[in-house]
Amino acid sequence: MAEIAEGGGGGGHDKGKKRAKKSSTKVDMTPMVDLAFLLLTFFVLTTTFAKPKVMSLVYPAKLTDEELAKIEPTKINNAITFLLTEDKIYYYEDEFFPIGNKQGEPPTELKETNFSPDGVRALLAKGNKYVIQEKERLEKLVESKQMVDSIFTKKMIEAKQNKKALKVLIKTDDKATCKNFIDLVDELKIADIGMIAPVDILKSELDLLKAKSK
Amino acid sequence: MPKIKMPKSSPSIDMTPMVDLAFLLVTFFMLAASIRPSDPVDVDIPTSISDMAIPANVVLVTVDAGGRVFFKMSDPEAKRELITSMMGKYSSLKLTEKQVEEFTLMETFGCTIGELPEYLDLSTDERRQFNTPGIPYLDSTKNQLKDWIDFGNRAAVNSGRTAYEVAQMDGLNPDPKDFVPKFILRVDSKTLYANAQKVIDVFRELDLNNLNFITSLEMAPM
Repeated sequence: MAEIAEGGGGGGHDKGKKRAKKSSTKVDMTPMVDLAFLLLTFFVLTTTFAKPKVMSLVYPAKLTDEELAKIEPTKINNAITFLLTEDKIYYYEDEFFPIGNKQGEPPTELKETNFSPDGVRALLAKGNKYVIQEKERLEKLVESKQMVDSIFTKKMIEAKQNKKALKVLIKTDDKATCKNFIDLVDELKIADIGMIAPVDILKSELDLLKAKSK
Repeated sequence: MPKIKMPKSSPSIDMTPMVDLAFLLVTFFMLAASIRPSDPVDVDIPTSISDMAIPANVVLVTVDAGGRVFFKMSDPEAKRELITSMMGKYSSLKLTEKQVEEFTLMETFGCTIGELPEYLDLSTDERRQFNTPGIPYLDSTKNQLKDWIDFGNRAAVNSGRTAYEVAQMDGLNPDPKDFVPKFILRVDSKTLYANAQKVIDVFRELDLNNLNFITSLEMAPM
């Protein structure tokens, strides 16, 4: 009968043959449990985060040439236009005045900004004060139970479409990437901007951008 | 009375059932996670704080980093109607019943109309290797993307309407907005916005202005 020899003294029976010391075969299962739980955590986390989301953006309707001709250029106030190029964001406020314009205004200069908290976000917070104040006022009403959530949502939409709310136009050149565009739209949505319009860039603006990137 | 001291023996737990349990859970999650159908192109999507989930009835256009365009629609019945309309417009496109069947089952695809019969006969892996310029959209006179989206929209609207009527008859009191197709754009972070804009212009020419972008979730700033 085979027997599992213990310790080191089991070689007594076989004369002359040195029996290898057989130690008890006990495997410590702790690392395997660690590994299993690690794999488990990995799968639990990866399956939840893989679901992509959608970000909605409504584009202005395409107008026919006749409709475009009928629109009278209205004075733009309380608007910021962002110009996106390869890795930089430029902006100017309100209306654009090209060099040597007829109204005699000084030509618009492009200012640079970035995605840090004191860049785009600070700029939008400064310009969108009306919506921010309205939001605080409405939130106080909801907290004191004087307003229902559904009315709050409706009022917020109205506030964002109000004339006093900040409007944002986005213009891009050939080198702008989708990442910058979507990051910018994301910042606009965080800042509660209601009127976002991606529009075509003007040649004078394109020239200014080229001059800046030299 | 002197206290009898019990010999201290370190408690040893048999870990075998715990290992069994752990592997059971791992297997469960591995199987329960749905297998995403592999796309012919890999896209690195940008991030945003938007947490709206992807709707069910979608027309999805993918633009990869090189500017190639791919198309996907969710409903197989709508896809059958779509391919029939496309064959009606493009007389050079002739598909066998088997290829039509393959089209209704296929997920994202991107190739020219001329390449489509050959593309349908390939396996999923071969489609990844297939050298195609994607769906043409740059030429305004021969804008195939516009036709895919236009016929796809009509087909999706029809299938949505049928589903809405079925839901109504079942007494579920459905919301009509849930059955209208949504238009989604999936772009790579490195895609030039100029290319995405050309695709968006195709949508706008068809008066489809309510667009969505696919983004992965990022934490909202404080």
